[in-house]
Amino acid sequence: MSDLAKTPLDKSATAVDAEPSAAPAAAVDPRLLVREQGFAGYWTEFLRKVRGGELGSLPVVVGLIVIALVFQFQNDKFLSASSLANIAVFTSGVGIMSVGIVFVLLLGEIDLSVGSVAGVGAAVWAVLSVNHGWGDWLSVVSAVVCGLVIGAVHGIFFAKVGVPAFVVTLAGFLGWSGLQIWLMGKEGSINTPSGSVVEDLTTHFFADKAAAYGLAFAAVLLYAGSQLLDARRRKGAGLPSRPLSEILLRTGVLAVLCFVVAYFLNEPDGARGLPLALVLFLAVLVLADFVVRRTTFGRQVFAVGGNAEAARRAGINVDRVRITVFAISGMLAAFGGLFIASLSGGATKSLGGGNTLMIVIAAAVIGGTSLFGGRGKIWSALLGMLVIQSIQQGLNLEGMASEIQYMITGAVLLAAVVIDSVSRRTQKSAGRA
Amino acid sequence: MSATPVLALRGVSKRFGAVQALTDVDLEIHTGEVVALVGDNGAGKSTLVKTISGVHPIDEGAIEWEGREVRIGRPHDAQNLGVATVYQDLALCDNLDVVANLFLGSELRTASVLDEIAMEKRARELLDTLSIRIPSVRIPVAALSGGQRQVVAIARALVGDPKVVILDEPTAALGVEQTAQVLDLVERLRERGHGVILISHNMADVRAVADRVAVLRLGRNNGVFDVADTSPEEIIAAITGATDNAVTRRRARTATKEEAK
Repeated sequence: MSDLAKTPLDKSATAVDAEPSAAPAAAVDPRLLVREQGFAGYWTEFLRKVRGGELGSLPVVVGLIVIALVFQFQNDKFLSASSLANIAVFTSGVGIMSVGIVFVLLLGEIDLSVGSVAGVGAAVWAVLSVNHGWGDWLSVVSAVVCGLVIGAVHGIFFAKVGVPAFVVTLAGFLGWSGLQIWLMGKEGSINTPSGSVVEDLTTHFFADKAAAYGLAFAAVLLYAGSQLLDARRRKGAGLPSRPLSEILLRTGVLAVLCFVVAYFLNEPDGARGLPLALVLFLAVLVLADFVVRRTTFGRQVFAVGGNAEAARRAGINVDRVRITVFAISGMLAAFGGLFIASLSGGATKSLGGGNTLMIVIAAAVIGGTSLFGGRGKIWSALLGMLVIQSIQQGLNLEGMASEIQYMITGAVLLAAVVIDSVSRRTQKSAGRA
Repeated sequence: MSATPVLALRGVSKRFGAVQALTDVDLEIHTGEVVALVGDNGAGKSTLVKTISGVHPIDEGAIEWEGREVRIGRPHDAQNLGVATVYQDLALCDNLDVVANLFLGSELRTASVLDEIAMEKRARELLDTLSIRIPSVRIPVAALSGGQRQVVAIARALVGDPKVVILDEPTAALGVEQTAQVLDLVERLRERGHGVILISHNMADVRAVADRVAVLRLGRNNGVFDVADTSPEEIIAAITGATDNAVTRRRARTATKEEAK
């Protein structure tokens, strides 16, 4: 019995001893983790992170590759131009909504109202521009502002009144879809006027091949430039910086990805070029990612999501952060609703209903943003959306019925949440959460 | 030691409903001085600290800052004056890295874009001057040990370069070596000219680093002692309110047992 009890202890002790001894730590505390220089160091660091449960985007990237290979093997149309362009166009609207959800999840909260808010946004736009003859842009902006106000109202009830976000947004989910149905009136649907801004959202393609390639080139150039500049500034300040080899590798991977996508959008037969919807989705992603990672507001969101009391004591206006995050979620939901309206040819009573809400939340979680708050990336909205949309697209190509699609998407979501929970537990036991 | 105390409480009282938590309490802190605040559970130590750090505004009395009367109504007021508080629960964000925690709420930035490089550089300098050793300034606080978290929390209090640092039971949850490290750090704070208020139940810690000991009993002052020329018995007597108390009785009992042997 005593032997049984002893073994795991001994094991953990040797594991702790073994790791630092591999690190060339001379003058510093031998228990410190010092990263070796160069690639070997990154590889061991990577392995250590994976063992410690810091999986990041790894499961979803592996999942995406597996999904692509399986469907491509089943049906060689999967990785074709039209199919990829479809995925890009279909993901953008719900993807933008999912970016809003990532903000909310980073706070450790949930927003169940995004589907209804998307519906209200689309309804407001349609009623204003078609029934009341408002200008195209004005009605689009009004719809987005409407979403922002709705989100702020949720945020005020949550932050100031102290009602759980779950309940506030559940009430919103019901209430706003009621407002949507009321706005849509008797007919229950308003078609998108041809030639309008909203129609262009998902139907406009930049047919010029230079557009897709140019965007890919600009993205790679900007990424490499910012990485190199950052490395130089860090070196100048005497801080450890990324080695050139790693920057080159990262840039290379990004370049391959960008140009493959651009190639498929441009070159094959039937390719229509770069979809406007994809450009807008990417713009929202880049902007949101910048806000989350590089600004004080983003830092405050993480702090509130990690430890709200500590954030409050650090002088952060927790209520303001919470209200702003819910306002962002509402705003992006309304904006995404316009994309959905554009895709389905107009605003309807049921727009944003059905499984929209579930897909939006599932995408953020599948992409690797934690449900427990304080951990996640904006890009998980894109990754998760790609997984869900690829599965749907692939199953469509297979001619699979929608009930099977639901079941498979549900299983993928469950798998993602299981990975999140398990990796969180592993992180706890590895002392990293 | 300067003549005017950097922080002085004059006749401070605080009431919570029917409970008189503090009655007519005086306290003086000079720069470059460690004042230990001791007292039994419920003596009002935490309340006193919270009045200084702005969590509970005082009902009566006055708070003087460098000889000038000030009002501390919110935590923000205390921070602006130069009072930094390290709470017992540390108030760190586990998901953020050490740099982010150090600068939380006072990030270095241009417009509202974070200047990570400047923050990391200053974080390293700060930790170096305090001889704080942690694995990396870029790992999440969750990955640090209890002692490391404690020193990070103290370092965090120093980012705004405060004049007075309040430490609430900094060694309560620490092992022998970590305690020694934190006490070293307290001494370094004194060397750097900070006034330190140290709340502790541990008489050994208090005698090791404090210059003066202020005793609270039932919400009132019960004596201020110079550590150098006061015996622990006197301090314990002040804390418990009598020379005949559980501690002295126990000591007397064990002493007679020793003699009997």
